[in-house]
Amino acid sequence: MLLWYFGHMPTTYAETWFPVLIQILIALAVASAMIGLSALLGRHVRDPIKFMPYESGMNPVGNARERFSVKFYLVAMVFILFDIEAIFLYPWAVVYRQLRLFAFFEMLLFIVLVLCGFFYIWKKGVLDWSSDEQRRQQREAEIRRAA
Amino acid sequence: MFGNFQPASVEYLRFLPEILLSAFGIIIMMLEAVSKGKRTYLGVIALIGIAAAFAANAWAYFNGGPAFQNMILIDGYGAFFRGLVLVVGFLCILAAFSYLEREHAQTGEYYALILFSLVGQCILSTSTDLIMVFIGLEISSIATYILAGFLRDDTRNNESALKYFLLGSFATAFLLYGIAWIYGLTGSTNLEEIRRGLTQGTQPLVLIGLAAALLFVGFAFKVSVAPFQVWTPDVYQGAAAPVTAFLSAGPKAAAFAIFFRVFLTSFRPFSDRWLPLVWGCALATMIIGNFAALLQTNIKRLLGYSSIAHAGYVMIAFTAASQIGTAAAMFYLASYALMNIGAFAIISHIAGRNERHVKLEDLAGLGRREPVISALLAVFVFSLIGVPLTGGFFGKFYVFQAALNSHLVWLTVLGLINSAIAAYYYLKILLAVYMQEPATIAQESLPAPAPSLLVAIWASAIGTLFLGIFPSAVLSFASLSAAPFR
Amino acid sequence: MILWLIPLFPLIGFLLNGLFGRRISKSLVSVIAVGSVAVSFLYVIALLARIWPVATPYAEHDFTWIQSGFLQIGFDLFVDRLNTVMLLVVTGVGLIIHVYSIGYMHDEDSYYRFFSYLNLFMFFMLLLVLSSNLLLMFVGWEGVGLCSYLLIGYYFREDFATNAGNKAFIFNRIGDFGFSLGIFLTAITFKTLDFGKIAAAVATMPIEAKAGALTAITVLLFIGATGKSAQIPLYVWLPDAMAGPTPVSALIHAATMVTAGVYMVARVSFLYDHAPVAMTLVAVIGLFTAVMAATIGMAQTDIKRVYAYSTISQLGYMFLGAGVGAYSAGIFHLMTHAFFKALLFLGAGSVIHGLGGEQDLRHMGGLRRAMPITFYTLGIASLAISGFPGFSGFFSKDAILSAAYTNAPWMFWIGAITAGLTAFYVFRAYFLAFFGSYRGHHHPHESPRIITIPLIVLAILAAGGGFINVPAWLSPQLPMHGQENGTAMAISAAFGIIGIIVAWFLYVARPSLAESARNALGPIYSLVFHKYFVDELYQGAVRKPVEGISRLVLWRGVDENVIDNSFVNGLGRTIRGWGALLRHLQSGSIRNYATWVFAGSLLVIFVLGLVGGLR
Repeated sequence: MLLWYFGHMPTTYAETWFPVLIQILIALAVASAMIGLSALLGRHVRDPIKFMPYESGMNPVGNARERFSVKFYLVAMVFILFDIEAIFLYPWAVVYRQLRLFAFFEMLLFIVLVLCGFFYIWKKGVLDWSSDEQRRQQREAEIRRAA
Repeated sequence: MFGNFQPASVEYLRFLPEILLSAFGIIIMMLEAVSKGKRTYLGVIALIGIAAAFAANAWAYFNGGPAFQNMILIDGYGAFFRGLVLVVGFLCILAAFSYLEREHAQTGEYYALILFSLVGQCILSTSTDLIMVFIGLEISSIATYILAGFLRDDTRNNESALKYFLLGSFATAFLLYGIAWIYGLTGSTNLEEIRRGLTQGTQPLVLIGLAAALLFVGFAFKVSVAPFQVWTPDVYQGAAAPVTAFLSAGPKAAAFAIFFRVFLTSFRPFSDRWLPLVWGCALATMIIGNFAALLQTNIKRLLGYSSIAHAGYVMIAFTAASQIGTAAAMFYLASYALMNIGAFAIISHIAGRNERHVKLEDLAGLGRREPVISALLAVFVFSLIGVPLTGGFFGKFYVFQAALNSHLVWLTVLGLINSAIAAYYYLKILLAVYMQEPATIAQESLPAPAPSLLVAIWASAIGTLFLGIFPSAVLSFASLSAAPFR
Repeated sequence: MILWLIPLFPLIGFLLNGLFGRRISKSLVSVIAVGSVAVSFLYVIALLARIWPVATPYAEHDFTWIQSGFLQIGFDLFVDRLNTVMLLVVTGVGLIIHVYSIGYMHDEDSYYRFFSYLNLFMFFMLLLVLSSNLLLMFVGWEGVGLCSYLLIGYYFREDFATNAGNKAFIFNRIGDFGFSLGIFLTAITFKTLDFGKIAAAVATMPIEAKAGALTAITVLLFIGATGKSAQIPLYVWLPDAMAGPTPVSALIHAATMVTAGVYMVARVSFLYDHAPVAMTLVAVIGLFTAVMAATIGMAQTDIKRVYAYSTISQLGYMFLGAGVGAYSAGIFHLMTHAFFKALLFLGAGSVIHGLGGEQDLRHMGGLRRAMPITFYTLGIASLAISGFPGFSGFFSKDAILSAAYTNAPWMFWIGAITAGLTAFYVFRAYFLAFFGSYRGHHHPHESPRIITIPLIVLAILAAGGGFINVPAWLSPQLPMHGQENGTAMAISAAFGIIGIIVAWFLYVARPSLAESARNALGPIYSLVFHKYFVDELYQGAVRKPVEGISRLVLWRGVDENVIDNSFVNGLGRTIRGWGALLRHLQSGSIRNYATWVFAGSLLVIFVLGLVGGLR
């Protein structure tokens, strides 16, 4: 069926929207498979934390002016930056056929620049959720608890 | 359809200063990420980068012309301001070496941010398209927002950066909105085409006025012209002294460059409608800057207000709206940049660790303790006042001459009165330096200024005096370059 | 050939010695100082060889210096026949005096300071001479004044030296005020300050427009010249200027700087030619200065002061020449005077050096055996200044006097009598110093070779300099109107010889006669000895009243009561009130700021969009 689809340009209304239908079906299948499999295979723990509404790991009840770790902001910022940079790829893709090699090298340069930024934040430790020191302390605490 | 989109190689070369600055900035960031120990060499790389950009700018001037579909134009005017901001960046990096060392903030980010900010200012100086204007302004501004808060652990720095950022983005929104209006009115963002589109007479004047007003707000904020000057004293006072030197010279010059270019190109046919506003802003800016400076006891804040007042003098040249007016503004901004950097560099030295000594009374007795530094400070202060033999004198002289040539007698008179009032608070600085006894007996002795700082101060002083003794070299270039704006 | 290199060499010397002189050895300081002037001198020679015979001016435009409205002032230098003479005198005599200074200043502590000032002086003097517009000339003019001030006050630990420096500076300032007014008036009248353009403008000027403006300009410029060249009424600073080291007196206050006024008048001769009133003024002032200074010179006992008054007197001669239209004779005398007067001062310096600082003629005597070279060279200089036939002064002075005779015979007669007086007082000093018996205490000795060789070189120039026919050289540019007058020459030479004989009679043959003559003349002698009480007159008539008025009326009355209390402080209070108000706007709260920005935006939008749009 798919082979048939890619074999020629769509001509009818139904043919045009056919890929969308497929996408919807795949999405439904993946989602229900994940929920269903975890319900079947997962360990079932029932404690208060488990029954709390999910809020990205935060306690949803309590003082609204709670202080967040600055790491959240860093990650959010980095995410937005790279996200926006990725958006630049869309208009590029549209004109790629016309511009050919020129556009290719321009985009290569752009990607390299983005990678430079990535290298910088990586080396600066933005991606490390906690420092080595903190990790060591955490591990020691766990070991103490276990003992 | 996209065949002619690929730029010719000469267009890249005309854009080479920006490319070089970006490349050096990125290299510095990379090296900063991997290097351990002393970071001073990163500053040296930045200096090399700026020098290379300066050379590229000179080349671009002699091979001038448009680039990238008329997005930028390398003419004498653009090359002048590009050169000026590069000199500013160079001096501010030189002046910052010892400062950053002292504050234990010797990091590559400072140098990289200065370079990135310079990229934005270079684009601003040469852009002939509102899109490029916006991009340049944002590149320049975002880097300077960060620079203002560069010493992360210093609350004054934090306050400065936050105020600068919030108000700055507020004003930029106006600018962007204005650009959108202009595009809606004329279907173009190119300055020449906007002028053509607006003069066809098909658009209602009210809408043109609204669009111009929105752009005016955006630019006036960046050059700290009343009534958008409120952020200036707080930001200048809070930021680190070398950063303040940079803020008051580089971004301001570039913003003025594009302010003049946009209004004297696109909106020139309607100048009788907006010039009265510029007139009023010039006057209000001078008055607010000078009068508020009278009572200041913090030198950085005082110079912040003085910077507002100087923007007012440049606005007088703007009001003249003539070739010699534009040339006068160019000369004024060049001399102002030099003397202000010199003054701030000296203050960054005197202030001591953590900038503790930035009060006027901390200068007391400096003339005896540091005769050379005091003499240089006197040169800068005299130039700020506008005493002959300094660049400040000829700056004011040409500005007022341009104003008189455009029959702005009253503005000239009021400007002269203002500069007389300004002498009062400038002389307070010298009074403290030379006439007052040190307040505290145990004044800690200053360490000898670092060679790099001395070079920056001496270069600024020599430049200031050069402009005051041989003004024609710069002025004739400026008048030649200002030909398109009249 | 690049002209700006000529003044650049001494400037480099100044910078090197001024910045690093303290750290380098004395010999290196002298090499830099003398070397820079020597290079300048050789460069001038090479330049002249290239552009010989300087038929047309050799001009160069370096850059536009000031540009303002109609006025465009360039950094323009040029060489023509007139300043060729000046260039050679300044660099040549300057070089000799620099060499001499090595020996003379050898024991001074701030040796480098002296040489850096001297080099700076050379820079400004060459700038003055080379500039082809009035403003650049004024820069040089002011610069040499500054150096003169610094060098007079070289011994700044002594009160008399700093006072003399101040006096020179203040009197020059009065003259410069006139000079600058003259420049302003020139700029307004001609819309240019360039000598060539002014000359062209004068030529095409309508005749009725000339008289008033040109007279005013020339008189104002001449006021400047009276300050710099020590003429009545501003001459009083020059005798006091002898407080500086002797080489300074020779270079600045005899050979070069003080002649700048004469040079300036000759430079703008095309203006003076059209202002007969100013010409007469120049001639009369010059003549009277010559007489008056000569009479004062007769009674002085300090050897340098004698020569200082003689300088004033000889400058008067030069102005007399210029005033009667014989500019080239004035320049001729300027040159020969540079030779013999530099020699007189350097010789006096040699005497002072040999006597361990003694300057008083009454404590000298009989030095001819102890200091033979000084004796002979100073003799040649004295003969030259006396106008003894064959010596340089004879030719130049007689060129002036011949021209004066053509113009007005009475001027000639006064000039000739003054020549006699000159011969008398110069030889009086000479005889008092070298003849008779020694009256001092210090053991006299001849000076070292570094001092005597410059003396010998200058002696050759002072003796033979008159054979350089400067008027002929300048004639294409500054033609002489009268011709040589044999009778006049003979008469003035005779007066000179009589003066020498009288001096010999009074101070060598019959020394007792001098004493009785002094007693017999009594009050006249006292008048002359006290320099006609001009200093006291200025003190009483100008300084005291001005000081009194300043103190009582201007300071206490106007300044303190009117300006300070009501004006400055009142205005200050008002302004500070405004400042306080404005400060409240600056609350520091970012919400307020945003409100301000927003309100401002609304205002701008309203003004531009609505008001501007609807109008």
